[in-house]
Amino acid sequence: MAEFLSVLQQPRLWEIVVLSLQVSLSAVGFAALVGLPLGAAIAVGRFPGRSAVIVLLNALMGLPPVVVGLAVYLLLSRAGPLGSLGLLFTPGAMVMAQTILILPIIAALSRQAVEDAWREYDEQLRSLGVEGVRAALTVLWDVRFSLLTAVLAGLGRASAEVGAVMIVGGNIDGVTRVMTTTIALETSKGDLPLALGLGVVLIGIVLVLNAGAFLLKEAAQRRFG
Amino acid sequence: MILSLKLEAVSFLNIIQPLTLEIEAGPSTIILGANGAGKSVLMRLMHGLIAPTSGAVLWNGSDVRRKQAMVFQRPVMLRRSALANVVYALEAAGERDAQPTAMAALKEVGLAHLAHRPARVLSGGEQQRLALARAWALHPEVLFLDEPTASLDPSATREIEAVIRAFDASGTKVVMATHNLGQARRLGDEVLFIHQGRLVERAPVERFFKQPGSPEAAAFIKGELPWD
Repeated sequence: MAEFLSVLQQPRLWEIVVLSLQVSLSAVGFAALVGLPLGAAIAVGRFPGRSAVIVLLNALMGLPPVVVGLAVYLLLSRAGPLGSLGLLFTPGAMVMAQTILILPIIAALSRQAVEDAWREYDEQLRSLGVEGVRAALTVLWDVRFSLLTAVLAGLGRASAEVGAVMIVGGNIDGVTRVMTTTIALETSKGDLPLALGLGVVLIGIVLVLNAGAFLLKEAAQRRFG
Repeated sequence: MILSLKLEAVSFLNIIQPLTLEIEAGPSTIILGANGAGKSVLMRLMHGLIAPTSGAVLWNGSDVRRKQAMVFQRPVMLRRSALANVVYALEAAGERDAQPTAMAALKEVGLAHLAHRPARVLSGGEQQRLALARAWALHPEVLFLDEPTASLDPSATREIEAVIRAFDASGTKVVMATHNLGQARRLGDEVLFIHQGRLVERAPVERFFKQPGSPEAAAFIKGELPWD
């Protein structure tokens, strides 16, 4: 126990925590920026192949992180199409991989939320003469708390995955080492207190975020119905 | 004036068979028929929510959307206060100083004390009255009601009917779909009887109930719904 507590006081551990949060939050930011409008557009749009897009999007929610890591690795490696950016084994590459990983989650969940609301609101809004962008904004505003849940699901996935960041980040000490890759490494090295300490911090962060989201949604439910 | 409303050989898939009729200003019109007869679809065709498969729906005049309102069987409320729901409708209609008008509408339906409550936590009857307040605020020339009391208890139904009468008294043309004979008698001046997507009969309420002109209507009134 004493060993465990002393681990929590190491500055190195907190550097790792901060980098993990920076990477995952950036990825969530980018994925939300693209995923929310994409989900909303698929929800209200009518175009050929729409069903196929929805099936694909739902399937991509289960994208294996190592496969995404491999694809981004190939993309960013010297010989790859984006090799000249020199991003491989940097936090930038990790953000990119996680963005790709969670984009389908955010897009698919927001698509569902917007589509359900749209089905309910459509006739009433048209009856009031509200159409197009204004109708879309009204619906988006009304499902904003469901969208928050979609974004949090993405964050949960990003902060918990190890495969993608391991491959494209390389788990370089002080540069690309994050919580999950450290836990994997330290466990295999036999340094269980550090691995355990990080594990506790990771679970703590995820718990706090979800509790916050839950309370916010509850409060919103009471306030707005 | 956007009335009268003319339907010329309007059909919709196989739900509404080609149908021609004219709805004039004045008397309250009840669209009566069994479940699945096509009442709701007919009303949506009139209100312009769906386009006819063939034929034409013709209003007389311009700014047609703004001058009609519809209240649905299940009210759809936005996630905001009761008052804000009415204000939203007014602003969508281009009204600038919407707040006082919205408040007056809530008073009219007896919901002023719930103005700041979230609309979605109101009871079914209250939500339906709120839907009527939203329509009231717009001062529509025509109000379409699609079985507005179908899922309400008797006391909530009475309150809704009182508001519908107020619409009628204020000069709004009421067009209401119902399968409730009592309600048709209480609120209607004339009946359009729909059976299997066809307009079978059109008559003043009194005559319709005393001397129905078709066997289908007679059976419906007696409670023997012909299903074949």
